[in-house]
Amino acid sequence: MASGNGKQPYLTIRNIDKFFGGFQALKNVSLDVYPGEFVCFLGPSGCGKTTLLRAIAGLDIQDSGTIAQGGKDISALPPSRRDYGIVFQSYALFPNLTTAENIAYGLVNLGKDKAAIAARVAELVSLVSLRGQEAKYPAQLSGGQQQRVALARAIAMAPGLLLLDEPLSALDARVRLNLRGELKQLQRQIGVTTIMVTHDQEEALAVADRIVVMNHGVIEQVGRPEEVYRNPASAFVADFVGHMNFLPAQRSAANTLRIGGVELTADLSGVAAPAGGDLTICLRPEDVQVRGLQPQQPNVLQAEISGLEFLGAFCRAELRLGNADALGLAADFSTNAMRDLDLRIGKTIQVALPPDRLRVFDAGTAHG
Amino acid sequence: MADDALRTATLPAARAIRPIAGGEEWAQRLLILVLGGWLLVTILLPLSALFRKAVEDKDGGFVGLANFVAYFQDPALVQSLFNTLTVALTTTIITILLAFGFAYAITRSTIPFRGFFRSIALVPLLAPSLLPGLALVYLFGNQGIFKEWLFGESIYGPIGIVIGEVFFALPHAVMIIVTALSAADQRLYEAAESLRTKPFRIFMTVTLPGCRYGLVSAAFVVFTLAFTDFGVPKVIGGQYNVLATDVYRQVIGQFNFQMGAVVGLLLLAPAVLSFAVDRMVQRRQTALLSARAVPYQPKRRLRIDAACLVLCLLVSVFVLSILGMAVFGSLIKFWPYNLTLSLAKYNLGAAGTAGWDALWNSLLMAAIVAAVGPAIVFGGAYLVEKTKVWPWARLATHFFAMIPLAVPGLVLGLAYIFFFNAPGNPLGFLYGTMAILVVNTVGHFYTVCHLTAVTALKQVDTEFESVSASLKVPFYKTFWRVTVPVCLPAILDIATYYFINAMTTVSAVIFLYSSNTKLLSIAAVNTDDAGNTAAACAMGTMIVAVSAAARLLQLGVARLLRARTQAWRQR
Repeated sequence: MASGNGKQPYLTIRNIDKFFGGFQALKNVSLDVYPGEFVCFLGPSGCGKTTLLRAIAGLDIQDSGTIAQGGKDISALPPSRRDYGIVFQSYALFPNLTTAENIAYGLVNLGKDKAAIAARVAELVSLVSLRGQEAKYPAQLSGGQQQRVALARAIAMAPGLLLLDEPLSALDARVRLNLRGELKQLQRQIGVTTIMVTHDQEEALAVADRIVVMNHGVIEQVGRPEEVYRNPASAFVADFVGHMNFLPAQRSAANTLRIGGVELTADLSGVAAPAGGDLTICLRPEDVQVRGLQPQQPNVLQAEISGLEFLGAFCRAELRLGNADALGLAADFSTNAMRDLDLRIGKTIQVALPPDRLRVFDAGTAHG
Repeated sequence: MADDALRTATLPAARAIRPIAGGEEWAQRLLILVLGGWLLVTILLPLSALFRKAVEDKDGGFVGLANFVAYFQDPALVQSLFNTLTVALTTTIITILLAFGFAYAITRSTIPFRGFFRSIALVPLLAPSLLPGLALVYLFGNQGIFKEWLFGESIYGPIGIVIGEVFFALPHAVMIIVTALSAADQRLYEAAESLRTKPFRIFMTVTLPGCRYGLVSAAFVVFTLAFTDFGVPKVIGGQYNVLATDVYRQVIGQFNFQMGAVVGLLLLAPAVLSFAVDRMVQRRQTALLSARAVPYQPKRRLRIDAACLVLCLLVSVFVLSILGMAVFGSLIKFWPYNLTLSLAKYNLGAAGTAGWDALWNSLLMAAIVAAVGPAIVFGGAYLVEKTKVWPWARLATHFFAMIPLAVPGLVLGLAYIFFFNAPGNPLGFLYGTMAILVVNTVGHFYTVCHLTAVTALKQVDTEFESVSASLKVPFYKTFWRVTVPVCLPAILDIATYYFINAMTTVSAVIFLYSSNTKLLSIAAVNTDDAGNTAAACAMGTMIVAVSAAARLLQLGVARLLRARTQAWRQR
């Protein structure tokens, strides 16, 4: 689901500032979220992603800036007068209430009759695959089951917005993988606009329609997962999302640069540095080409394999580039390539750094 | 991309947001104000009345420090100050040595019956503080069984006071030091042993430093208890005057309220000091044990374990013989001439002090306190800990709640007289009623209960309130449906603590009772004053029995709760 497409945004965030004492946790943050979207706030701890979520929830209201939900200004409203369901990292399940009672907690307060509540609870229980667990207390459930109860409770009142604060981070790796798939599927099924906070870039890439990458209280980039991965807007995003090589280089001409004595071609249209100016090149390890090199192909270099790390489906090789032995480059080679080309430590090979895969930034802006 | 445009586009200047307070926030603010007002009226204003009284003359004129000067010019009164310091210091040294050995035996040795020994050490908590005094009269008094053990010294005086105070203060010291010694990291001991450190050096470099804050804390608590206690010196002090008995005599005997206030402030001094030190010490103690620490597992060490067992037995004999002597004394027909056993002394009506009424008053007062106290304390702790309104008001309330810990009962009782009995106080109608006894007792023991409640609430997930707000459930419903049930064991603990203290307290209420609201603990003091030690013993024993029953009831209910409504605690 791409941004915009003529739709009206469901959630409009404008110029949010939030201070904790002298520390500014959010700096002039603006963002639109569209109906039915699954948006991930991604960033390292302390980047402001949870603060932004809590501002949207009204739990820590911003110092300035506005938030509108469904066309209504909710900037200053207390949480109880907003329209959202929320799942916390701890789940915050009521320990003395059963699964069913937890899910029905908000419904009971609406004054619906018992049969209607029971029907809704039954519907939710099957939606999150918790049949048979209705009478159990949270402590008797597994972590994954607890997470589902929290989710069912959050969507029970059919809120306009679903907020998830690191909902998967308390779980085992395997459970986390399964649950994030189910979470995405459930979100599609009920179509609720969803914001999830996470520090796990893999998780964000897997579930989000759009990713909001944050750092030091500002939004670094907003975009679809493949957009953020392929075209990181800054060196910080490039570093934080996926693995990335950072290589120092100098600009030599309009579209060429020098790296350790080797001339490379790259798109330098977005770079301000003059000829001779310092640059940083970013290249993903999997984009280093080792097979099917053409004779006239640009950016081909000599490299010596100085280290190999077996990672299951592929090998991560540590390469030493050409005559500049100070320059190291990580490259991912498939197991097939390893076998076919007989790659091993000490061997010198030819690799290509495809120009369309190179991202170049001015040197000063690298590493956020 | 629309979003990039959004980030760079010039937007109107951001406006500052003032969060709108909903009905619930206003309700919470109102409740905080009510709680703050309650603490103000029941603790702060009475104390300020005491301060005022100390700098006024008999007609209410301001005289500065004249009363203090008068005090220090009276050699008899200054002698009491020295007496009090002597007794309190001696008690502190003896109690801390005993309590440390005892706590060490419980936590660091492999001797049998450690849980049982621990319960024994806590028994004195169930007794009013005059009870050890009464027992000492039978043991070492003029007609005491072991009178000759004192080599001609009299029990009526510093010796008796110190023994009684050790009995009275022991459980407090044991509890604190056991807690400090329990927080030991096995890895430190393993590291020391792997470096071939001698046991004595391990003790000096690992064990003692690990619990030194606990020891300091316990020493201050014991000193304050012994410095301010009224029950023991009243019964066994004889001609040896201490500050607590001075206050009583000045106020009740001579109606010299100004001098009473001066002595009251002197009583307050070490408590305030120890309170401040204790706060400081506790803050550092918490940082001592990391989350990754491995709990200490005691190993069998034959000679040390044997010494531990002997010490535990001696302390147990000490505690049980004092309690047992009081019980025995109450059952003797006519000490020491007719040693046949009889229950005659338990016919409280016969003592001529309206004893049955006093028992009824005590039970009624303790029951009301045990019902009202937890409601105020837990509700208040919830407001302080779990709501987000008015941080300054919650901080101030929390601070108010900490004050009673530094105020000895006698001082609080005196402060109540000055405040509630002052002409023109609209609350004056409370004076002489059961209500003022309840209010005073709730305030007197507020801090420990407040801290218990706060600790329990801190263990409850911080996001319950956020979740229930997102589900549109008002905070008071979640409080009632989730927070209270989850914290029920702690609430029960608070109720029992209040009940037992209401049964045993003498010091604060002795200034506040009227002929209609005399409590059993006070009746015991008066009966002993009238020379009827045996009947006083019977009353003291009755208080112990009721307190013990309350504690057992609590343990039973807690177990039942765990089995029934708290089924969710089990996995």
